[in-house]
Amino acid sequence: MTVASGAQPGPQARRTPAVEKAEPAPATAARRPRRFGLPAALVPVASVAALLLVWQVVSATFFPPVLFPTPVMVGKAFAAEIASGRLLRDSLVSLRRIFAGFALGCAIGASLGLLMGSVRLARRALDPFIQFGRFVPSISLLSPALIWFGIGEGSKLFLITYTTTFIVLLNTLGAVLTVPRNKIRAAQSLGATRWQLFRLVMLPASLHGIFTGMRVGMGLSFTTVVAAEMIAADTGLGFLIINSRLWFQTDVVFVGIITLGVLGYLADKTFQALIHRLAGRYAPTH
Amino acid sequence: MLRGLSLEIERGEFLCLLGPSGCGKTTVLNLLAGFEHPTGGAVSVDGRPVTAPGVERAVVFQGDDSLYTWLTAVENVEFGLRLAGVDARRRRQTAERYLDLVGLRGQGHKYPSQLSGGMKQRIQIARALVCESPILLMDEPFAALDAQTRAILQDELIGIWQQTARTIVFITHDIAEAIALANRVGLMTAGPEARMKAIAPVDLPRPRRRGDPAFGALYERLADMVSEEVRRAGVLR
Repeated sequence: MTVASGAQPGPQARRTPAVEKAEPAPATAARRPRRFGLPAALVPVASVAALLLVWQVVSATFFPPVLFPTPVMVGKAFAAEIASGRLLRDSLVSLRRIFAGFALGCAIGASLGLLMGSVRLARRALDPFIQFGRFVPSISLLSPALIWFGIGEGSKLFLITYTTTFIVLLNTLGAVLTVPRNKIRAAQSLGATRWQLFRLVMLPASLHGIFTGMRVGMGLSFTTVVAAEMIAADTGLGFLIINSRLWFQTDVVFVGIITLGVLGYLADKTFQALIHRLAGRYAPTH
Repeated sequence: MLRGLSLEIERGEFLCLLGPSGCGKTTVLNLLAGFEHPTGGAVSVDGRPVTAPGVERAVVFQGDDSLYTWLTAVENVEFGLRLAGVDARRRRQTAERYLDLVGLRGQGHKYPSQLSGGMKQRIQIARALVCESPILLMDEPFAALDAQTRAILQDELIGIWQQTARTIVFITHDIAEAIALANRVGLMTAGPEARMKAIAPVDLPRPRRRGDPAFGALYERLADMVSEEVRRAGVLR
């Protein structure tokens, strides 16, 4: 929106010399104060650079590389893992598992959540399972999952689906149950049938909550896949990390950790952008 | 909440329900709309009992949370026609006509979040009018608006009522608003167990001016009765 862009410091403000800052400038008075004289976009860059610097100094000074490698060593390991193709392969394997389980979990969770939110009998019947299952971490189900679905993709798919299903279901149910009463009554007094009420009011009014659940589910899917790969897999980023530890390749462990963080961040940003583009009108305020 | 409340509303009349806050005005409206059901007694329209909400009784709600934030203004207005299965082109034409009627020409493409409080209430009114329901139930629709906007919307509502010949039940706690709008003002007693205290006909000619001595005299009379109820409620609690 145009209003938002006006609230941020424009290029003019950025070029203002630091000396002028002390003078009261009415034109910039309404803008957010720039505490350290840095444009907003550079602040995170600066903080990451500062962290890398501290990391470099601390690890080079106090630790042997095998316990805490320097960022330079990790950078070299990154290059080597990319060159060998292993990083790309393991990343793709993990991502494929995440997205398969995530998609399946979203579908099941949203459907069950909508059903429970709209049909009281379903809500009452399924509630005990929800109340129980939400406290059972997916990774605790690894053993039965391995027995039932095997060491291959089946057990990972099951665990990630399980994780995503619960969080999406709970968010969906919460969203349906908190649709403002007047939105429902307005449709009823305009002659809505039960199905119209669901399709044209309950569902669109709940979409934002459902998407929020999906975003959280995406994060939990990353956690779950790595835990599963660490215990029972011979591919994937979780395996890369645990296997490198066995060979004392601590730098490669860090490569795996950083890759996870970056992939998770990118996945979340992509998902957010997709929601904004495809379903922006369903945000509570837009 | 209510007890021994009896109220008869004529076809085509503009009835304002007035009463101290918490006396059950909204409950009366919810009963008429069919959102709530009486534990004893009956509600009927044209001799038929009210059992559920229905399209012949349109509702304008207090506040703006009944609008659909994911729909534009014109999509909100045409919502009732969409439910009725009217085809897209015809319902858009009708909705545009009602947007004109409530003074929102050219604003149809905006979302509720882009509109002011007064404009949102206009959308609500247009949405309620679009199905041409013979009865319009309004629950303090202008309570959250500033004085100027409220006065303008009151005038427009009278215009709409005179043009479209509907029965309007309008809830308010604003005495001047009730006198400015109504044929009859129904005054409720303070709860618990609220009932009708008095029904005062308002015979002032329209357009009504607040400076009119007869307006002032009626205001005094109603204000005395309301404060009597407020005091009584204070004693009871």
